[in-house]
Amino acid sequence: MADLKDSPGDHRVPTVVVDDVHITYTVNGARTGKGSATSALSRLTTRRATPGARKVHAVKGVSFAAYKGEAIGLIGSNGSGKSTLLKAVAGLLPPTRGQVHTQGQPSLLGVNAALMGDLTGERNVVLGGLAMGMTREQIRERYDEIVDFSGINEKGDFITLPMRTYSSGMGARLRFSIAAAKSHDVLLIDEALSTGDAKFQRRSKDRIKELRAEAGTVFLVSHSNKSITETCDRALWLEAGTLRMDGPAKEVVAAYEAFTKRK
Amino acid sequence: MSTPAQDVPTYAPGELAALAARHGLTVSGARPSLPAYIRQLWGRRHFIAAFATAKLTAQYSQAKLGQIWQIVTPLLNATVYYFIFGVLMDTRRGVEDFVPFLVTGVFIWTFTSSSITAGTRAISGNIGLVRALHFPRASLPVALALQQLQQLLFSMGALVLILLVFGQYPRPAWLLAIPALALQALFNTGLSMVMARLTARTPDIAQLTPFVLRTWMYSSGVMWSLDHLLSGDRVPHAVLVALEYNPAAIYINLMRYALIDSYSGLPAHVWAAALGWAVLCGVAGFVYFWKAEETYGRG
Repeated sequence: MADLKDSPGDHRVPTVVVDDVHITYTVNGARTGKGSATSALSRLTTRRATPGARKVHAVKGVSFAAYKGEAIGLIGSNGSGKSTLLKAVAGLLPPTRGQVHTQGQPSLLGVNAALMGDLTGERNVVLGGLAMGMTREQIRERYDEIVDFSGINEKGDFITLPMRTYSSGMGARLRFSIAAAKSHDVLLIDEALSTGDAKFQRRSKDRIKELRAEAGTVFLVSHSNKSITETCDRALWLEAGTLRMDGPAKEVVAAYEAFTKRK
Repeated sequence: MSTPAQDVPTYAPGELAALAARHGLTVSGARPSLPAYIRQLWGRRHFIAAFATAKLTAQYSQAKLGQIWQIVTPLLNATVYYFIFGVLMDTRRGVEDFVPFLVTGVFIWTFTSSSITAGTRAISGNIGLVRALHFPRASLPVALALQQLQQLLFSMGALVLILLVFGQYPRPAWLLAIPALALQALFNTGLSMVMARLTARTPDIAQLTPFVLRTWMYSSGVMWSLDHLLSGDRVPHAVLVALEYNPAAIYINLMRYALIDSYSGLPAHVWAAALGWAVLCGVAGFVYFWKAEETYGRG
């Protein structure tokens, strides 16, 4: 596991190859308050060319290869570029420089990815499944499984209520259950599991294991070092947009913990 | 902040790209070719239909009267316009069957205007879905345009009632409403996709849309007859022609021609113009939307 490179005798099949990826955001109205009409006016009159757009260099030249059957944890302090990197792997945020190569279409599961709040959980399950490209029969077959897995109905008939009435934990659980219903080549999970209760976290860990067994690759962003070491065999440590360490989860987490304690 | 070399594997330039190429990986987030995109979209047709229906029923889910509003809302709209434009401003003078004329105009106009308004929110209003799941993004504006079509079919039910009350009885010409609606739906979908891309990039456009729509409505003869209003030499002939060939006026006229007995004088080239606008907007809007496919999750 120490040498992650693809040597000629290597049988491992890569699923995600991130090749020197840089991501730069342009943020509109970062400095000048959007709500302030006077500042907007003065911007119009004084700085005709470009209003206060700022560039944020969130990921600075990250390279790694991920292989089939791996579960990879992403750790690092807040704002180190973990979520941005996941979005790039998912193909939602095109890199400014470098390229992300993937096998199939990675699916990103984020915390704030609200599905349709006005619709019932039931409808969200069907719509989410259809959007992922499942057929109506496949959804019918797995519907009970999805609802049972989410545990939404354990405390009453919540699945027939609009999703906006759910607590954030319930919403996250249902979203994870919908996304996990389909086997993905690459599944990216952005702190989605931290909102669930202990029981749900255990269930989702089992589900992640199954997904890996189905020859997929799972990425997990989490601030819980425990869930990284329990779920993942490999970890990437990002700090200020650069990759600081890439190796077995236990070693990387230990180094990261030493680093955070030092500060 | 220098990275210790032994903690991160190093790769020679081009090594990773070669590894990816050897195993046939594809570049993530790359835009599919147009034919592939159309195939993907077709593969999501059940999603589009389900999404449209779900949105339609969710619309009044918080109202006590529920789905009754589907029919009541357009009727109330027509009533308001009847009092303001028909009675107070007296635009009904010289227009036969003014109520069917007005209601047809309002409903057909609403179909186009609400499709455009829905288009401005197609991406921004569903950003959670866009960021969570992968599907061709055109599904969203298409689904919202379909939702407006379903909504219109409810309104058409109300319209038939009004027509019967005001002495318009079913005749074969009513069947012309079907191709007219199909063309208008294609036109609306194209425009909705253009708006979806524009507002995904520049949200400010959603603020401007209502003003553009209102101007468009008043110049399309929704509540009055353009012919009557602009007769005489007050406006140059070219302006009158431009107003009558604007797509909203064309689709409204087609529908009035199909449904109202006394409404005549529709030259054959109006159908050609309706077809032209539909194909032009439908195709151009789709291609324009597809060109930015990979960027919609941003922001």
